[in-house]
Amino acid sequence: MALNTPHAPAITAAEVTAPATGAQIAAALREAGIAALLTLGLSIPILAFKTEQDQANALYLQPRWGMVAAACALIFALRFALCLRAARRAAAPARPKAPASPALQKLFGIAVPLFLGVAVTYPMLATLASGGLGGARYWIDLGILILTYVMLGWGLNIVVGLAGLLDLGYVAFYAVGAYSYALLSTTFGWSFWLCLPLAGILAAFWGIILGFPVLRLRGDYLAIVTLAFGEIIRLVLINWVDLTNGGAGISSIPRVTFFGVPFDSSEDGFASLFGIPFSPMHRMVFLYYLILVLALITNLVTIRLRRLPVGRAWEALREDEIACRSLGINTRNTKLTAFAIGAMFGGFAGSFFAVRQGFVSPESFNFLESAIILSIVVLGGMGSQVGVAIAAVLMVGAPELLRNLDFLKQVFGAGFDPNEYRLLIFGLAMVAMMVWRPRGLVGHREPSIVLTERKAIAGSLVKEGHG
Amino acid sequence: MRWQDDPVLEVEHLKMRFGGLVAVNDLSFSVGRGDITALIGPNGAGKTTVFNCITGFYRPSEGMLSLRHDDGTTLLLERLPGHSISWKAKVARTFQNIRLFTGMTVLENLLVARHNPLMLASGFTVFGLLGLPGFRDAERQAVEQAKFWLEKINLIDRADDPAGDLPYGAQRRLEIARAMCTDPILLCLDEPAAGLNPRESHELNELLLSIRQDHGTSILLIEHDMSVVMGISDHVVVLDYGTKIADGTPEEVRNDQSVIAAYLGVEDEEVEHVEAEVGL
Ligand SMILES: Nc1ncnc2c1ncn2[C@@H]1O[C@H](COP(=O)(O)OP(=O)(O)OP(=O)(O)O)[C@@H](O)[C@H]1O
Ligand SMILES: [Mg+2]
Repeated sequence: MALNTPHAPAITAAEVTAPATGAQIAAALREAGIAALLTLGLSIPILAFKTEQDQANALYLQPRWGMVAAACALIFALRFALCLRAARRAAAPARPKAPASPALQKLFGIAVPLFLGVAVTYPMLATLASGGLGGARYWIDLGILILTYVMLGWGLNIVVGLAGLLDLGYVAFYAVGAYSYALLSTTFGWSFWLCLPLAGILAAFWGIILGFPVLRLRGDYLAIVTLAFGEIIRLVLINWVDLTNGGAGISSIPRVTFFGVPFDSSEDGFASLFGIPFSPMHRMVFLYYLILVLALITNLVTIRLRRLPVGRAWEALREDEIACRSLGINTRNTKLTAFAIGAMFGGFAGSFFAVRQGFVSPESFNFLESAIILSIVVLGGMGSQVGVAIAAVLMVGAPELLRNLDFLKQVFGAGFDPNEYRLLIFGLAMVAMMVWRPRGLVGHREPSIVLTERKAIAGSLVKEGHG
Repeated sequence: MRWQDDPVLEVEHLKMRFGGLVAVNDLSFSVGRGDITALIGPNGAGKTTVFNCITGFYRPSEGMLSLRHDDGTTLLLERLPGHSISWKAKVARTFQNIRLFTGMTVLENLLVARHNPLMLASGFTVFGLLGLPGFRDAERQAVEQAKFWLEKINLIDRADDPAGDLPYGAQRRLEIARAMCTDPILLCLDEPAAGLNPRESHELNELLLSIRQDHGTSILLIEHDMSVVMGISDHVVVLDYGTKIADGTPEEVRNDQSVIAAYLGVEDEEVEHVEAEVGL
């Protein structure tokens, strides 16, 4: 083909930089004009007048036509530039899109050991960086928070990413896990290590109870019903005061122990057992490694499940449910297993949450929580384990970073709090992601079994599921 | 006639109603064991609807669908839940508009078809999660079977490519191989030659003949391409407006007046096409 000859690059380059034709400019001008008109229409009620008070405390309208003109001009210029760029792009010959460049894949190859290394040594790094175990408290706390969301993301990834069932009420299972531990330990005095599996089992059980009536629904309907289920669980927790103590929550939940040895300064506490000076940070570090192990178990189990018939059936279900049925897959049971296993990991994470906080209340399990976990899965790239981990670090770590940007105060004045712009930045980031990487950070799929050569599958071929 | 002496599937008085529309009306025919049976008819005659009833996607309004296994057991397909039709009754199908798992590799597509046996071997996931050898062996066997079919349909070199990247003809062949991986006794193909070029169409004929010969699978196929129908089928059933208008060997059907009339009733082009094919 001509494009493969050595001369071709020069030709394409010339085309790309060729000046826009008159027709293109005219079209762009028209588009920009329309956009500016729209802006005018929108800004008249929003921007054009401001209500002010005069000395007599009477309201009067302060016209701000300059601002309206500026907004229109800005939109006009932006839209014009955007249209021209789009026109030139369309004129340039389309380059075939590689599914995932080898460089990117290599990067992921390094990313996994790197992440693991950092995760394992993180408490040490934090201690070194902040010059002492006490100073590292904030950082280790943040690490625990991030890992909790990594685990929740991996759990929900089974339901949304692999099986393609849009679940907006995942936080319900998190709540079931947290309250299971809180109630079992405060009522019966059972230890964390006994309650942890029970919490997972109870959450899985609730997953099945919910799944039976709900999984015959598809797509939007499934999403709405799971959303409602999440809210129902929260409302039950608030209103069933006899059992859950209502909105006040359950406090003084027993703390985690080192397999039976408490983390306190007493004779048979953790510190004296190991002959080291007591520090409240020991428990924090232990909690950090606990959630790290729990998250890694979630990950390993998921990776294994993907290579088993049940995992392949989940992915096949996401691709084409009718074909699955024609191949003898019991679609209802397969969906239920995805729901139950996802819920179980949510339950584990929930009971970890309860033991870390020592306090649970319905407030912690609102819809925003579900939304954040779902965004982590979607941002990460549906079905990708590495992507979910990166997305969790970004989604949970970035707001914390924002809190610490003190130098911005020097730029915008002392009253400026970057943290208040958190949701705005979050929204912008989401929009940018959907434009540039609509399939998430890791937009390709890894095959679950290989005959001769491992090749990544382009995201455009992979379906997202429809419930 | 084999379809009278030893039928693998007997359709009796099948009726399928969609609201006021009767898509299939009092249809009875049988499919002989080891035969290639063609179900033909003009567009909208109700052929796909018959398939959907046989494979459990629709529950017939009336009628009986009995499937006889070699050992004499008889299963009533209209009473089985959808997913058992492949697993218990051993009836597999393909779709008029191809339904592959496009985001999964060719090999994965074939392994999904082994879901039920592999699920048993993996102890419903428990043994598999523990990595017990029983499951490993079962999986290795499934991969061997997949390799066998990939060699047969000439796709062994593309085993690790996503199914959605294959050319159209290859996707059709892969869908047939995937259905065969469920070890069916009856294979239902909905327009397998649609959109194939003459060479691919010829290869398809060879594939179907070898499936029948080597695996003893009975084949029921819907087809518009008369070269396929007349070339390989032992038995032809003609459907028009949901009712059977002819049933017999290709020669009998070719000369049947009502069949010619049914096709004459459709567009001229198609009539000419059919007449040319059947040599009128
Ligand atoms: N689910 C359904 N609901 C309502 N009507 C249906 C449904 N499925 C099929 N029909 C109707 O039943 C009739 C038969 O359709 P069918 O798809 O079985 O035809 P066909 O013989 O396969 O045609 P073609 O050669 O075009 O594939 C058509 O009139 C169709 O509109
Ligand atoms: Mg049809």
